[in-house]
Amino acid sequence: MNIDIPNSYRTGPDERGHFGNFGGRFVAETLMPLILQLEKAYEVAKADPAFHEELAFLAKHYVGRPSPLYFAERMTEELGGAKIYFKRDELNHTGAHKINNVLGQILLARRMGKKRIIAETGAGQHGVATATLCARFGLECIVYMGAVDVERQKPNVFRMKMLGATIVPVQSGARTLKDAMNEALRDWVTNVADTFYCIGTAAGPHPYPAMVRDFQSIIGKETRWQMEEAEGRLPDSLIACIGGGSNAIGLFHPFLDDKSVELYGVEAAGHGLEFPEGHAASLAGGRPGVLHGNRTYLLMDDDGQIIEGHSISAGLDYPGIGPEHAWLRDIGRVKYLSATDKEALDALQMCCRLEGIIPALEPAHALAQVAKLAPTKPKDHLMVVNVCGRGDKDIFTVAEHLGGM
Amino acid sequence: MTTRLEPRFAKCASEGRAALVTFLMCGDPDPATSLALLKALPKAGADVIEVGMPFTDPMADGPSIQAAGLRALAGGMSLIKTLDMVRAFRLEDNETPIVLMGYFNPIYVHGVPAFLIEAKAAGVDGMIVVDLPPEEDDELCLPALEAGLSFIRLATPTTDAQRLPKVLTNTSGFVYYVSINGITGAATPDYSRVSEAVTRIKAHTDLPVAVGFGVKNAESAAAIAAHADGVVVGTALIDALKNSLDGAGAATAQTIPAVTNLVADIANGVRSARKLAAE
Repeated sequence: MNIDIPNSYRTGPDERGHFGNFGGRFVAETLMPLILQLEKAYEVAKADPAFHEELAFLAKHYVGRPSPLYFAERMTEELGGAKIYFKRDELNHTGAHKINNVLGQILLARRMGKKRIIAETGAGQHGVATATLCARFGLECIVYMGAVDVERQKPNVFRMKMLGATIVPVQSGARTLKDAMNEALRDWVTNVADTFYCIGTAAGPHPYPAMVRDFQSIIGKETRWQMEEAEGRLPDSLIACIGGGSNAIGLFHPFLDDKSVELYGVEAAGHGLEFPEGHAASLAGGRPGVLHGNRTYLLMDDDGQIIEGHSISAGLDYPGIGPEHAWLRDIGRVKYLSATDKEALDALQMCCRLEGIIPALEPAHALAQVAKLAPTKPKDHLMVVNVCGRGDKDIFTVAEHLGGM
Repeated sequence: MTTRLEPRFAKCASEGRAALVTFLMCGDPDPATSLALLKALPKAGADVIEVGMPFTDPMADGPSIQAAGLRALAGGMSLIKTLDMVRAFRLEDNETPIVLMGYFNPIYVHGVPAFLIEAKAAGVDGMIVVDLPPEEDDELCLPALEAGLSFIRLATPTTDAQRLPKVLTNTSGFVYYVSINGITGAATPDYSRVSEAVTRIKAHTDLPVAVGFGVKNAESAAAIAAHADGVVVGTALIDALKNSLDGAGAATAQTIPAVTNLVADIANGVRSARKLAAE
């Protein structure tokens, strides 16, 4: 296949929402006018300094940004190679990077006069962030969550309820994140007039992948000046975990054109990539297809039926991935790796032991690759890993796997 | 381009009535019962048959059609077997138009050019692919038209006057007006609005306009048939099918009559709403 390598990796998507062959707007006609309206509203907001001022003010005073860029001294010593920095997005209000995107979308919803917010959630972090900002702005909040996830992420379910959100356990299909997204889309098709769909990752129909990326790019922008401040230069490598891929694209995007910066995305290999239904690595084990409004790499069978991914992390077991990642993989700008459940658990424990930080199971996948890559790099190699969520929500899952501790 | 759709809508129009368009999920609840049902539909009064291509993630469908797709997949149905089913149907019936309805991914994965050739050869007349709006016409719509297959587009209450021409441009066979904002099997539409919408669409196209969503029985079918060139019924048939299954979800002796009796009833409703033929 002949792939065009662009002069800049940061100009996408095109006006039809395509990143190379990926992305697009594969939605039912009922939603098309809404998506076009959203695209227009976002373009206007993006060009309005008042929108950016409001976003920056709340990011600072409500979310707690900038999140620190922290030198992980003991992990660096232990691994004996690259100098490891943590981008501490787990310190954000609500405990993950998800709120960066939700803040942007909720401010946009307010501009559009939408009073009813719907969201899908897997692990519950996006749901909690959405419930939080809906409470902050007095908006109605309905969160769709697979019935299986409602069971395994109870602490987040309680949090959302306390924040006033209505949780709808989704009983259709496999009853996990992809079905929650289907159900949210069904809600949107039904309640077109007053409803804003706040998608949690850099996927879905155009303009969502680009819009979510823009809101998450605060992570990479901060990392740039923070590393400049700490070391006087750019980092040498960036590492982030990938489910849908919003924290990774947020970290990577401001660095895409800095050729010296190596970029690593880490997918969830679950029980191992050799088990077709035992992992959630859509790039490593999937192929291009169309789901949830975009063309991207998907886990599916030969008939095009979607396969339910598996990961110990409820935030990574989505059978797709954002379309920009699909494109970045095909053109080779980002290297995509994976980590198994066990590797993630080991890395999580290492992080607790060495740094006194309990990361979520999602960034534990990125840390698992740090443990492999850092020793292969020289001591002056600057490596940044996005610790995109804190591990409180996962303590019961982890305890179960580690034998009750 | 002509398929079996044009003569069929013309025939219904000449009889001064709307066409009855029935939807069933291919392979629901099992391949043999599904084929027997397809074969029985025309005799029961169906003028056009929509054959659902099962998909794991039907984002525009309500619980009934979702469950039907999962039953079909559990019974081993696939895109290739769906085309086999059409081929088997065509051995006995070469006149009733068949329209495939579903989502793009199975077709995309199969390969668009191969799918179009196989579908045409199997005796398919057209397709409705829910997640392909006009913005993505290059994907399947234009190649389908080139391959001699109709591409039937959905128009919805959110399709405003400005957008309607774009939606109609590459539509052929008929226009499927979705009478409510929502998923299949949802609420009953406001019939006066339906009439308005059909008039609005007809101002932009000569194609027949079929109306679906919310048709449950002879009465609701008649109410829509009075205003439209076609009436689409799906969820009600699938509910009847599902209610005839045994505890394990298998077909019973009641399954085929449960569906065909309802089709016959709805067909009577459609015919009772006889419109004055344009004379």
